[in-house]
Amino acid sequence: MGHKNCFHCGDSCKNDTLFFDDKYFCCNGCKTVYEIFSENDLTCYYDMQQSPGATPKEVEGKYDFLSNKNIIDKLTEFNDGNTQIVTLTIPHIHCSSCIWVLENLNKLNKGVTASQVNFGKKTIHITYKANVISLKDLVLLLSRIGYEPYISLEDYNTGKSTINRTLIYKLGIAGFAFGNVMFLSFPEYFELEEYWLEQYKHLFRWLMFGFSLPVVFYAGKDYFTSAYKGLKSKILNIDVPIALGLLVLFVRSTIEIMFDLGSGFFDSLTGLVFFLLLGKFFQQKTYAFLSFERDYKSYFPIAVTKLANGTETPIQVYDIKKGDRLLIRNEELIPVDGILINGNANIDYSFVTGESQAVKKQSGDKLFAGGKQTTGSMEMEALKSVEQSYLTQLWSNDVFNTNKEDKFTTLTNTISKRFTIAVLSIAIVATLYWLFTDASKAMNVFTAVLIIACPCAIALAAPFTLGNMLRIFGKLKFYIKNASVIEQLAQINTIIFDKTGTITSNKQTQVSYSGTQLSASEEVLLKSTLRSSNHPLSRALYDILDQHNIVSLNRYEEHLGQGLYGTHGNNSIKIGSASFVGQPQTTAELSTAVHISTNNTYKGKYTFYNAYRKGLSKLFHKLKPDYDLAILSGDNNSEQENLKKLLPSKTKLIFNQKPDDKLDYIKYHQSEGAKVLMVGDGLNDAGALAQSDVGIAISENINVFSPACDAILDASKLNQLYAYIKASQSAIKIIKWSFVFSLCYNLIGLYFAVTGQLMPVIAAILMPLSSISIVVFTTVATNILGKKLN
Amino acid sequence: MSVIYILLAISIIVAIVFFIAFLLAVRKGQYDDSYTPSVRMLFEDELVTTNKETLTTEND
Repeated sequence: MGHKNCFHCGDSCKNDTLFFDDKYFCCNGCKTVYEIFSENDLTCYYDMQQSPGATPKEVEGKYDFLSNKNIIDKLTEFNDGNTQIVTLTIPHIHCSSCIWVLENLNKLNKGVTASQVNFGKKTIHITYKANVISLKDLVLLLSRIGYEPYISLEDYNTGKSTINRTLIYKLGIAGFAFGNVMFLSFPEYFELEEYWLEQYKHLFRWLMFGFSLPVVFYAGKDYFTSAYKGLKSKILNIDVPIALGLLVLFVRSTIEIMFDLGSGFFDSLTGLVFFLLLGKFFQQKTYAFLSFERDYKSYFPIAVTKLANGTETPIQVYDIKKGDRLLIRNEELIPVDGILINGNANIDYSFVTGESQAVKKQSGDKLFAGGKQTTGSMEMEALKSVEQSYLTQLWSNDVFNTNKEDKFTTLTNTISKRFTIAVLSIAIVATLYWLFTDASKAMNVFTAVLIIACPCAIALAAPFTLGNMLRIFGKLKFYIKNASVIEQLAQINTIIFDKTGTITSNKQTQVSYSGTQLSASEEVLLKSTLRSSNHPLSRALYDILDQHNIVSLNRYEEHLGQGLYGTHGNNSIKIGSASFVGQPQTTAELSTAVHISTNNTYKGKYTFYNAYRKGLSKLFHKLKPDYDLAILSGDNNSEQENLKKLLPSKTKLIFNQKPDDKLDYIKYHQSEGAKVLMVGDGLNDAGALAQSDVGIAISENINVFSPACDAILDASKLNQLYAYIKASQSAIKIIKWSFVFSLCYNLIGLYFAVTGQLMPVIAAILMPLSSISIVVFTTVATNILGKKLN
Repeated sequence: MSVIYILLAISIIVAIVFFIAFLLAVRKGQYDDSYTPSVRMLFEDELVTTNKETLTTEND
């Protein structure tokens, strides 16, 4: 039969291929989705993109909380009892087929009146009739066709979000005014002593004045407020000379047209604001589908099932009290610290620690919030409320309330201090000179200097360079929160890595076998037995073993949390924990192992090691000469010897670190003057990521949530980290060169200003010319930099 | 030459009409998502073809 790929999801059909309607399917779930689509004339879904679907997951009972009226009220944007509007996040949205099928939801259920997808944000906006289809049914319908929405505690708090569109409005207004003013001022550039022009110029000038009003008082408002704030806290930021320039431009131009002294500088004024806003807009590259502000709330469910007097009721997680009995179903997250009462607990703490290997818990064991149950359902008793749980307590630390950007002085603001002082002294000296030679021109010269020295080009250099770098990094799967992070990255001198999930891979594990060699028939039996199990360790081991013929087993038993038992012919095999295969538990084992016995004789064990990411050793050796390196791990030191071999000798290795230990370690080094880059992944690194100067979260799948950080780096690109840091440093060099260029323009302009011959037309040429040439220079330079990175 | 007043008035009114159209477009959220509409506009044709196919098969 060969290898067939599933028509719906594209996975290779391994075990039980289903054949239906001339198509292959890997599982019943995928086939069902296909059936739903073909019954409703929606098979177009498969024409646009090959195998676009996802296998629907088991969601039985998971969304019962959506029948709760309070929760519905919180989640919906509009609710009049019948018509409801809701926006849901669906991580699986990834292609045009997804958009198509989701916008045709009304074909699947008549209750849906409208649905609109926002591809960038991966959200769907649905209007539906609640008496035909309830919110719960809607979510179940989406889950059934493989588009399970992600509903977390975060949705519960924010509910309705408003989009900030002021920058677009401002840019539109400035552009509109700039274009019209340019037209109106054009005739006067040539200073023709023409009759018609003389007669109508006043009208033209007052029209220009009218157009410039909204530009100064609305579009340019931020520059005045920012300059005022800066001066109040005694900082000469870049907005001070800009605001000064705008103010002088506006006042002088108004006086000029009022007393018929000249045509004013309204063209330069509107142009200046337009270019500055354009820079702001360009820098504002956002990744709509990524969030850099996530805390535990985006991981946690809204509600869980509470057991009381034998009945199950959904309860909002904030309402969980100490002593409540909770039912945690398969694939559900534990919201609070508690004690396991009964059930098979196999907890995956990968959200928290990055360690993907599930941990087995016995009844009476303590469970920590943030773990995910992976085998069946279990019952637990809450010991604390959500806010007081071990993990969530981390967020009460002050680090999470301080804004990193405020603490950092950007390169532009550093230079603007000297620049402002220089401009003001030139203006004063020139004015004094003219006061003695030709007093009538003195005021003219003073204002001309301030106008021409308005640092438009300087203010544009950083936004365009860094904005373009953000885009280039984004294409290389390095997603940065904002432009100032690049500047901070260029100044880093210490790099700290988390271990599990960051420098090790979650997906790949290395396995080594120790014990008696297995015979060929034993290996066949081993592989055949593993094939039937869905336990992550079995899957991992199955994938690693050599290809063998698969035999059908006479008997197969899976003992949850202990191991597997299989027989074929006269041979039997036991795979699992040491006690399960009849081997006394050896001294506390640090690493995960799977033991094997055949026909009741112990054979040996497979030990699992973390596999380090590709190119890790090379990366560390490249970083070694320039940076202090350290590894902070929450795990025990079982990997110490391995790491020592792999990494440069001076790398510090510190184990058994709690989340706040990591934070304190970084704080301590910062107090000694280090600029720290933290590279981590799990929620337990959240404190360290927030405390560090730059916190980078490593993610194997950027659609899966990462903790609050300054940048998200795709795991496959970790080995490029060195190149990325170097590129940020080059970007800073580009900005410095742009400063040199724009200062040259300023010097030329100052010559006209100081000598008292600044014509509006010169200002109108010089201002856009300097701005555009800086934009061209930075764009070309950063693109060359980007080419080198590829 | 007083016609220039009329011309100016007309040109500014036209400009302002476009400006208002821009403001309305932003307010309606047309600038919030700049990607999905580009995909969505290609769908109409696909829908029609499926309908036709199903119609012809029914007729057969």
